[in-house]
Amino acid sequence: MKVIIMGCGRLGAHLARQLDREGHEVTVIDRTSEAFARLGTDFQGTMVLGVGIDEDVMRRAGIEDADAFIAVSNGDNTNAMAAEIAKLVFHVPRVVARLYDPVREETYHALGLMETICPTVMAANEIHALILDQRK
Amino acid sequence: MYIIIVGGGKVGYYLAKTLLQSEHEILIVERDKRRGDIIAADLGDIVLRGDGTDSIVMEEAGMARADLAVAVTGDDEDNLMICQMAKKKFGVKRTIARINNPKNEHIFKLLGIDNTVSVTDLILAQIEREIPAQSLVHLLTLREAGVTFVEAKVPADSPVLGKPLRTLGIPDDCVIPLVIRGGKGIVPYGETTLQVGDEVVAVTTIAKEDVLEKVLAGELLK
Repeated sequence: MKVIIMGCGRLGAHLARQLDREGHEVTVIDRTSEAFARLGTDFQGTMVLGVGIDEDVMRRAGIEDADAFIAVSNGDNTNAMAAEIAKLVFHVPRVVARLYDPVREETYHALGLMETICPTVMAANEIHALILDQRK
Repeated sequence: MYIIIVGGGKVGYYLAKTLLQSEHEILIVERDKRRGDIIAADLGDIVLRGDGTDSIVMEEAGMARADLAVAVTGDDEDNLMICQMAKKKFGVKRTIARINNPKNEHIFKLLGIDNTVSVTDLILAQIEREIPAQSLVHLLTLREAGVTFVEAKVPADSPVLGKPLRTLGIPDDCVIPLVIRGGKGIVPYGETTLQVGDEVVAVTTIAKEDVLEKVLAGELLK
């Protein structure tokens, strides 16, 4: 599977290494070259330096024949826009965006263009379950 | 009308200042507190300090009752988020987005943002109008052959308008193989006459690439 990951932060890098180890073709986009250090020395995939909402950068990353696009930069707005470009301009089959703001997540999920992940809600639910379990 | 302007930079500030004169209800949402204070000191209590792309701030701004949301921050992704949230989440009927990168304009259109203003495009259009119409565009240069393909627009006030090509004094080392009129190509011959708005393609030697400008300006008229 050919996967493009936008944002080489903790989540992006972790996911990139995982997919890379599993033998997928991974390309990571980030606007700072230092971020790629998170990928470690054994990363086999491609690194593309640039702004992830720029169509030319996305093309350079090979988005035209990508199977999945994952937007996990640290900005919700950038992730939403990148994911929308991936879907509407490049028709990538699977598009996932991380959105920290639950309301944004809900809104973009409802648009039906992309799959959305809200770490805030996920973590809150986990913590909620943990403390309620402890009370028992 | 209740108008929410997100982004209190120069565009947002002057927009608000002008709209206030026409008795609209205006709110500026500005992320930077200091900038917000400066605007408030000048325009009065019409500033909400906060991240205008944040749904909680949008709610606080009363986005649901806004007639118009105007997103004029310096970041296209923020402007897109503001307009999409305003429309989809808060049901705002009309949104206007400032676009900084002209390439993003069609993406905004695809996403249903009614109105976009691209400052870069506006300035580019202005520059194109200001540049003399006969200025050359280099299409292709074959260095080894010493030949260049150039294109120029016929100036609106040119004396060559309406005159057959054969009378324009086109020198022997210059050929005009193509005239573009209304987006369509015409292969001209000696009797073809040029019209306002025509774009003329010439093949000429590199040393005399300015010959087309001279021809179109009527300097070589027989």
